[in-house]
Amino acid sequence: MSTENNILVKLNGVGLKQNEKWLVKGVSLKVEKGKIVTLIGPNGSGKSTTAKIALGIYKNIEGQVEKFTNNIGYVPQKISIDWTLPLRVKDFMLLTDNLKDDALDEALTLTGVKHLKDKNLGNLSGGEFQRVLLARAISKKPELLVLDEPVQGVDFTGEIALYELIKKISEKLNCGILLISHDLHTVMTATDHVVCLNGHVCCSGSPKDVARNNEYKALFGEQASQTLSVYEHKHDHEHSNDGEIKKN
Amino acid sequence: MFDDFFIRALVAGIGIAFVTGPLGCFVVWRRLSYFGDTLAHSALLGVTIAYTLEFNIAVSIFITSSIIALILVKLEKKTNLPGDALLGLLAHSSLAVGLVAIGFLTFIRFDIMGLLFGDILAVTTDDLLTIWIGGALILLVLKLIWKPLFASTVNYELAEAEGLNPDRAKAIFTILIAGIIAISIKMVGLLLITGMLIIPTAMARNLSDNPQKMVIFSIIGGLLSVFIGLFSSLEFNTPSGPSIVAAALVLFIFSLFKIKQTIQLKN
Repeated sequence: MSTENNILVKLNGVGLKQNEKWLVKGVSLKVEKGKIVTLIGPNGSGKSTTAKIALGIYKNIEGQVEKFTNNIGYVPQKISIDWTLPLRVKDFMLLTDNLKDDALDEALTLTGVKHLKDKNLGNLSGGEFQRVLLARAISKKPELLVLDEPVQGVDFTGEIALYELIKKISEKLNCGILLISHDLHTVMTATDHVVCLNGHVCCSGSPKDVARNNEYKALFGEQASQTLSVYEHKHDHEHSNDGEIKKN
Repeated sequence: MFDDFFIRALVAGIGIAFVTGPLGCFVVWRRLSYFGDTLAHSALLGVTIAYTLEFNIAVSIFITSSIIALILVKLEKKTNLPGDALLGLLAHSSLAVGLVAIGFLTFIRFDIMGLLFGDILAVTTDDLLTIWIGGALILLVLKLIWKPLFASTVNYELAEAEGLNPDRAKAIFTILIAGIIAISIKMVGLLLITGMLIIPTAMARNLSDNPQKMVIFSIIGGLLSVFIGLFSSLEFNTPSGPSIVAAALVLFIFSLFKIKQTIQLKN
């Protein structure tokens, strides 16, 4: 299954330096068809930056990005729509692609916001807007989905339903998903591969492996890993306060 | 039919309104009104170059404004000055240099007022060709880059991530602004071109709830401003540019009542 042909995007030791400071450094990962790769890590650990590097938004990066598809759906972490631009949900859905009306309805129905189709974007609540963003990203049936905290501001039951939907989409469309999430519990159950970031790749692997990792525990606390693991192993480095690596 | 100067002015104005409508929307959405102003100010320099080298005025303005736009991009990267300071610097220095250059060109009699504020008497049959062919070209190119330009206006990162090449669209759009300035300078005048781009669009914003509607209302607003402005220019012997822009202002004020109504309905 895991042949070279299935790879959609591959990062090879990528890094980004801004104002003399490395936002991320030495990140390698790959997203394959039908697989969900999740980036976790504390605030400022470079999750969104890594996603944007994978998408080609940052130009002057270190390392290589190999992209094998151009059919990409993206849900950014932050997006602000200017009031000077009057935009309805259906105008926004057609932003990057010319879609048929039923493709549009289908996506909006899946994320539960079809009734908002003619509403102005500025009048939506945070959770509703998030659902529209997700609908827009999946409506074009992408090969690669990049979701940067796609369920932020969505109510609790909606959150679970949307994660199930994301899982379902990855199976149905056989698309690869690069997911950024803070919701560790959901991440650990729905993901194929977890990459734990803190300026660099702290650890990565299957959710179980990562939950057992000491670095992961140091970042997220003992509780976060208790549900899945009691195993411990020695780690070879620590972090100083500014995120630099201190060798033991 | 085009013997009558007034008919010529009217046909010219209609052509310009069709182009300023959609372009104006993007200028407002992308917050480029001072950028448009800067390019328009530099047009005077283009005019003097055209006279000195006996060159086509519209082409000369187009080239000068494009070069000023390029200089602006370079300065933004190379200096620590904020964007609005750079715009002011380029706008006024190019206007000043243009006026100084005119002072040296004593062998030509300039109608400075006409250049600054527009002159319907100055529109020739050749100008009509420039406006309609140039205008059609601008609209055609705008249609071609519409998708990436619009997407990146809403959100740059979305457009870039999903492969629409927004940087190229932005560069082309800058050239289109230089183009509309080049073809409308005789009619509207270089001090008021941005008004023609922005005021009908501002009116349209008050009346629309989606982008397509805003573009259409913006064109209609521009057409009405041209009609009302030119007729009153003829009637009261006022310069054409200010008359058109003042007419646009009146339409904008009317559109405010519509907003008031909607707000009352909402409450």
